[in-house]
Amino acid sequence: MKHFIFACFFGLTVGSAQADLKIFATVPEWGALAQEIGGGKVKVYTATNAFQDPHRIEAKPSLLAQARQANLVIAAGADLEIGWLPLVLRDSGNAAIQNGQPGYFQAANFVNRLELPATLDRANGDVHAAGNPHTHLDPRNVLKVGEALTARMAELDAPNAAAYQAGYQAFAGKWQTAMTRWQKDAAPLKGVPVLVHHASFVYLLNWLGMKEVGTLEPKPGIEPTSGHLTGLLARQPGAPAQMVLRAAYQQEGPSQWMAGKTGMPAILLPYTVGGTPEAKDLFGLFDDTLQRLLKGLR
Amino acid sequence: MQKSFAMAALLAASCGAHAASDADLAAIRAQIDDMKKTYEQRIAALEQRLVQAESQASSQAKSEKSVPAPSPVENRQSVAPTNAFNPEVSLILQGQYRHAKNVPGRGITGFVPGGEGLNTRGFSVDETELVLAANIDPYWRGQVIVAMADGQANIEEAWFQSLAIGQGVGLKVGRYRSSIGYLNEQHPHMWDFADAPLMYQAMFGEGASYVQDGVQLKWLAPTSLFVELGSEIGRGANFPGTDHNNNGTGGGALYIHVGDDVGVSNSWRAGASWLKTRASERSSDFVEQLGGNVAQGVFNGDSSTWLADFVWKWAPNGNSAHQNFKFQSEYFVREEKGSLNATSVDSSYKTRQSGWYAQGVYQFTPQWRAGLRYEQLDSGTRDFGANAANLVVDSYRPKKASAMVDCSWSEFSRVRLQIAQDKSMFGITDNQLTLQYVMSLGAHGAHKF
Ligand SMILES: [Zn+2]
Repeated sequence: MKHFIFACFFGLTVGSAQADLKIFATVPEWGALAQEIGGGKVKVYTATNAFQDPHRIEAKPSLLAQARQANLVIAAGADLEIGWLPLVLRDSGNAAIQNGQPGYFQAANFVNRLELPATLDRANGDVHAAGNPHTHLDPRNVLKVGEALTARMAELDAPNAAAYQAGYQAFAGKWQTAMTRWQKDAAPLKGVPVLVHHASFVYLLNWLGMKEVGTLEPKPGIEPTSGHLTGLLARQPGAPAQMVLRAAYQQEGPSQWMAGKTGMPAILLPYTVGGTPEAKDLFGLFDDTLQRLLKGLR
Repeated sequence: MQKSFAMAALLAASCGAHAASDADLAAIRAQIDDMKKTYEQRIAALEQRLVQAESQASSQAKSEKSVPAPSPVENRQSVAPTNAFNPEVSLILQGQYRHAKNVPGRGITGFVPGGEGLNTRGFSVDETELVLAANIDPYWRGQVIVAMADGQANIEEAWFQSLAIGQGVGLKVGRYRSSIGYLNEQHPHMWDFADAPLMYQAMFGEGASYVQDGVQLKWLAPTSLFVELGSEIGRGANFPGTDHNNNGTGGGALYIHVGDDVGVSNSWRAGASWLKTRASERSSDFVEQLGGNVAQGVFNGDSSTWLADFVWKWAPNGNSAHQNFKFQSEYFVREEKGSLNATSVDSSYKTRQSGWYAQGVYQFTPQWRAGLRYEQLDSGTRDFGANAANLVVDSYRPKKASAMVDCSWSEFSRVRLQIAQDKSMFGITDNQLTLQYVMSLGAHGAHKF
């Protein structure tokens, strides 16, 4: 069918031989992971940066142009990119990266998603219907996604399969070591109650055994209001939080206000690769995140 | 007027307001959260044991070097699996309060009207749009948009598009909004102002969009610069064309879109388009020179429209959630050539008309945006040949300036206040005030750039 139509319109077939696996990553964390696994065998384009709200990206012409040429699209999944990626995929004219094709990889499909809502109602805000999509801040998820991604890259680019396996093994080895270190360093964070701007850190807090006692957003995707913040403040004596966390892309106003009223530290976390100068890669992301959290404890 | 301002103030006030939180509810929520956390911790502990077991297993596998590691199982869990095959559904509610002069048969001086004219005042509900979309199979996707109003349901769009052709080729078949220009493809709920620019009303009538029943074929170039070429052929039944029940086609279009980023904070798109339609027995009203009576004129001939469009968007670091600016401008020229029958006189008919608009919209907080639009048309040259002696040829430059402020509680609800000074009709200065709401229910649709 596909070939019939194509032949109809063009009467020719263009063989595309390329040396690299061209990867289109929607978010920096998975772009960085693909780079770790693929090394010199892949060309990674990252569609967004750490200072952009991943829920609010637009289907820019530049993204269409890049998706057109990609062999593999890596998305966070769980509907995080629902406002722009479906459109980019469909209008890219690239059959290989459509939903259901091997060239479309959703990270969230390979981890245990938290916060799957029992009911769907926008009265609860812009809820993530498929569970919380910010899965990368649990380093165990990074390994799971890495393993699945390696298999996918090997499937799409069989001649380099061994290189991808080796890349992943090397990464996983270093990652395991780092995880042991992180878990040891993070011991004092266990049980620490925190406020967060948006539920961006669910997996991080879950991994570290920290407690989220409230979000500055009254509902997911709704900007903090003074009324809601006052309400949180009133709850502080009963269920005190020790710090207030926000991602690099979120406005500092609400958490600064909270910090000013309560004396707790407002902590900016890189959230993803590139969010702070220290978070240069995935290792830096977790190193810096932990360091900032531990600093907040003091 | 004062009442509508009061209403605007009321709506604006509630926009900044917040949901009152109930202490009991909060306590229950906290309890549930606690329970959830406990379970999550248990799950986390189990997961950790699983990871350890897995890593042991994989290290065993490595040492044995015989069995390849099992590839991970993809988990596509979703909340409502029984509903998974049903189309995504969304519904747009839109309505307004409008304060304007009463001008029956409202039109644009010097331009052939493409409809009855928009003269609705006071409270009114616009068409309610129902959108259904789904992948049909791995090769095709379909979408239908039904616009419902009193006693009628119009098929605004009903098409399927290709998913699997590849090589940058996209095919769309059915009834679709043409990809010419920038605003043409956008439905009213996506507009930044309460009404369409005069230029779109002059070009395509009240609907302010050219809709084609036909085929669209487009191609995206394999370059890092966005270059999209498209062509459309179809029935060409809509204004400025007319319906012909012929074999063959009644209209066609060609377009090119180019776009890119400038740094991390800016992106743009520019386009050029051409639309060709044929009209037979297209009747419209003219004014007789003697006596000033309204005379029906019937046009037969070809209509060609050229469009140029440009959009520039800015957001600090490309993060449009808090602050962003959008500039947009379009220009058109239309030439029509053929014959005119009016006042029982047959004559030649040749016109060349043009117009443009430019607008800027600034979002200064996550909820609030403000925008300005200025537009001007030129009735240009209208040569009615032998009929020139019988019919009034208006030469006029319609102008309009609009300012708007809108507030969005969330991505799904918006209310807008717009004031405009409309000089689109000769001798009339119409100061308009519009208070409008746009509500989106259901599936989270992706919006075009
Ligand atoms: Zn989120």
